Amino acid sequence: MNEHLLSMHDVTADDVIRILDTAESFREVGTRVIKKVPALRGRTVVNLFYENSTRTRISFELAAKRLSADVINFSSGGSSVSKGESLKDTALTLQAMGADAIVIRHSSSGSPFQLTRWVRGHVLNAGDGTHEHPTQALLDLYTMRERLGRLEGLRVGIVGDVLHSRVARSLSFGLVKMGADVTLVGPATLIPPDAPQWGVQVSYDLDEVLSKLDVCYLLRVQTERQRLEYFPSVREYARLFGLNRSRVRLLPEGSLIMHPGPMNRGVEIDSDVADLPQSVIEDQVTNGIAVRMALLYLLLGGRHGDGGEAGDG
Amino acid sequence: MASPDLLFRGARVIDPRAGRDEVADVHVRDGIVVDVGSGLDGASAEIVEGDGLVLTPGLVDIHTHLREPGFEQKETIETGTRAAAAGGYTAVAPMANTDPVADDASVIAEVRAAAARAGLADVFPVGAITKGLEGEVLAEIGEMAAAGVRVFSDDGRCVPTARTLRNALTYARAFDDVVIAEHCEDASLSRGQQMHEGISSSSLGLAGQPGAAEDAIVYRDIELARLTGGRLHICHVSSARSVELVRRAKADGLRISAEVTPHHLVFIDEDLRTYDTNKKVNPPLRTEADRDALREGLADGTIDAIATDHAPHAVEEKEAEFDRAPPGTIGLETALAVALTDLVAPGLVSLPRALESLSSAPALILGARDHGGPIEVGRPANLVLFDPEERWTAEPPFVSRSRNSAFIGRELRGRVRSTVLHGELTIAEGKATR
Repeated sequence: MNEHLLSMHDVTADDVIRILDTAESFREVGTRVIKKVPALRGRTVVNLFYENSTRTRISFELAAKRLSADVINFSSGGSSVSKGESLKDTALTLQAMGADAIVIRHSSSGSPFQLTRWVRGHVLNAGDGTHEHPTQALLDLYTMRERLGRLEGLRVGIVGDVLHSRVARSLSFGLVKMGADVTLVGPATLIPPDAPQWGVQVSYDLDEVLSKLDVCYLLRVQTERQRLEYFPSVREYARLFGLNRSRVRLLPEGSLIMHPGPMNRGVEIDSDVADLPQSVIEDQVTNGIAVRMALLYLLLGGRHGDGGEAGDG
Repeated sequence: MASPDLLFRGARVIDPRAGRDEVADVHVRDGIVVDVGSGLDGASAEIVEGDGLVLTPGLVDIHTHLREPGFEQKETIETGTRAAAAGGYTAVAPMANTDPVADDASVIAEVRAAAARAGLADVFPVGAITKGLEGEVLAEIGEMAAAGVRVFSDDGRCVPTARTLRNALTYARAFDDVVIAEHCEDASLSRGQQMHEGISSSSLGLAGQPGAAEDAIVYRDIELARLTGGRLHICHVSSARSVELVRRAKADGLRISAEVTPHHLVFIDEDLRTYDTNKKVNPPLRTEADRDALREGLADGTIDAIATDHAPHAVEEKEAEFDRAPPGTIGLETALAVALTDLVAPGLVSLPRALESLSSAPALILGARDHGGPIEVGRPANLVLFDPEERWTAEPPFVSRSRNSAFIGRELRGRVRSTVLHGELTIAEGKATR
């Protein structure tokens, strides 16, 4: 494993398998009455969140706590960050406090990369701007493998605003790395023009793609005003690219519906579709904790089997 | 203060304007060249040995940001001209985007006075095209032209409407040799941009601006130069298409010139993969094919000049998130070495052509008559002596007050030994004389 996890380009296919296998061994911890192993006892993990993200922050916090690490949450509101302290100064402060790992979420692409120049600890990218969100991609890969038994050859459609989606980038890079067959689907204005160079296919016609998918992965549509220049209306978006009941019928049997959350019900996904059995959105959340445990554990070099409960990974 | 009586002995004298390239002695006294030849007897002159070195007209930068008045935490006229001298420059043209904006003759006079106090380089302030750089009302071009301003630019911003630029090009025709220098960028296409749009921007998750953001405006401006007969200069050309547009406009006989920066001649968009904010520049670094077209355009004369776009920024501004860091790199101290290393050494551009693009060509555009040669008896002694082989690595600290150089860590070849401004050494033995 690389020293940091900044991008899906930092991990090899072998690393991915190791991460998913390790996560599988940690998955069981979450089902116990006492959901804790001592693997990272005495280590300090800082959650440095410059952008609100309750679910990702809680997921990382739980992951670190279940490994018995000390966890510090550092959010932009109500801290020195909101007093105008620079990212570098904040990084140096955390460094001085002995952070072993820093989990960073930031609205600026590349900030986790920059952070590595200023700190000695391990840096985990929990989502940076419109760049990447590798832990989301890994939990999605985990969920696909768990449900469908493989990654190689899987046909995955990623639908929506790929241009601005860090999830789409990380997931595309990860799936291509694992030998899956990825098709990006969305309005032409929201697909990066050079995306085929990622090794993916591009389609502007969801109906045409659906029957050939093992996984239909829906991205959250940003409906802020500045995004609306890319398509005429939310209504037209939902008509062309929203997953509704009749479109679900085009999906082959046994295929999955996924979404990184939070969902815009009625826009990219109809409410009753989100609640169908093949929709595994809650599994994604649960698996996220195990995958993040695995990442913290592997990056921080915890001694595996500490306490003997964590399985065989 | 250095001696005003200097004999440069045995250097290779490259004088692009006179077409001279030979080993010769050059004698300088009281600010002017008093003799050029071989075996000169300098009598009481201080001898500067030039064996193995190159002596050429002092470099001229037609695109510099000295930041004063208004942004002295980044650079001052004194520190900026000191950096210029260290880089072999004897003349620089600071852009108008100061605070207050150089859009009237009083600001121009203030800049000139500060430059004269420093005495490290001749400074030719660029005047704004529009008041406050706001792109609407023409600045007092006539008054500034009367005060000796030759180049006008809203650099950093593109004149937004064709109508305003048309008026500027037309209005400026009334004044001798006035040049309208455009920063070509369609703001609606580049809005929010952090880099060139392409596979690198897609993968790095940074908002891109396509080459078309520049090309569309270069095309517009060329057509307006055609319409008005105005004298147009294209700042920091960055794309292959724009090079081709300039080439055709020149073939059509239009009065047009163009510049390229050292960083666009070296780096490409892929070099941003480490999110190095020192390589965040505007216009952005584009593709390898664009860079190669720029090199070719410089070699064949389509692009007249190398201009640094020396853009100092405070450390804390650049040590920030990529999308918050301001664009720009410093360049005065490295431009000559970069040209020697990346253009001359690999044989892409001849040494005389490289020096022409750094001195005599920009001096012509700027109307800096004392600069850019020829090195002849009676001419003002504005010269640079450099070692074309000395190796060094660009590293902070720099002479500039700022250190945001895209070239940090780069091994360079070629270093200034002496810079002569009106017969006086501002740099001697590679060191500042004061």
